[in-house]
Amino acid sequence: MPTIVVEVMPKAELLDPAGKAVAGALARLGHTSFTNVRIGKRFELTVEGPVTDATLAQAQTIAEEILSNQVIEDVTAVFEAK
Amino acid sequence: MRIGVITFPGSLDDRDAQRAISLAGAEPVALWHGEHDLHGVDAIVLPGGFSYGDYLRCGAIASHSPIMAEVIDAANKGLPVLGICNGFQMLVEAHLLPGGLIRNDHGKFVRRDQVIRVENNTTAWTTDFSAGEEIVIPLKNGEGGYIASDETLKQLEGDGLVAFRYMGVNPNGSLNDIAGLTNARGNVVGLMPHPEHAVEAGFGPNTDFRMRSGVDGLKVFTSVLEGVLS
Repeated sequence: MPTIVVEVMPKAELLDPAGKAVAGALARLGHTSFTNVRIGKRFELTVEGPVTDATLAQAQTIAEEILSNQVIEDVTAVFEAK
Repeated sequence: MRIGVITFPGSLDDRDAQRAISLAGAEPVALWHGEHDLHGVDAIVLPGGFSYGDYLRCGAIASHSPIMAEVIDAANKGLPVLGICNGFQMLVEAHLLPGGLIRNDHGKFVRRDQVIRVENNTTAWTTDFSAGEEIVIPLKNGEGGYIASDETLKQLEGDGLVAFRYMGVNPNGSLNDIAGLTNARGNVVGLMPHPEHAVEAGFGPNTDFRMRSGVDGLKVFTSVLEGVLS
């Protein structure tokens, strides 16, 4: 089935406590090449019928109004999965 | 005086809120998230809990519940609405209050008896407090860190819209130690700590007088009575 992917990340300027906890674990495990981790969300929207510009636009609206909270998050990507 | 308490899937403190309303001398009315009917109540409480398991974002799915259309409409017309914890998260997700609530900065769930200061005692839910009164009520959350843009914070502080502020300890990294907010009209108030858990001697926070005797939260519920009766 055609699928649209939406990716949402916490705003860059905000503290991401979950990402920070993972970064701490990586450091403890000796993976010192990685200095920071941020955790976001990936949504996969299954589409009825083909993905069109209209469904992509609708997904963009959903992403901004429901899937993310623009006060604390940014929609970083909306695209059709290949 | 009838005060509605809306139960959402995953609400925990709806019954506690109903009991607090009874102890304050009003009639609690159980409301259901899936209806479009406020049953003519005089005020509304959005209770604490973990609606929809905190999926998506805390309060986000609940803020789109059928009954929230009526809540938002009534709030905009001046009906008193109180959001406690998860209810506060719903109010910001519904854009009835500005800003957002994110995971506690220390990454842990926190439960403590929290000192907060009543910064605005002119809202529908705070008139029984004196200005600057310090009270102790329980706090229990994992995602209670209040955030907003610098511009929003400036406006909140300048317009006196910070209703409650954490004292002594900032338990979750909230900006400006913000524990609760009001809208400009003063009818919509949200806070992370739980006034409904400090309404009955024997079941509240400890005080110097006696264990579990703290009832500082009761005035939140008696305040709204006066506004409606007057």
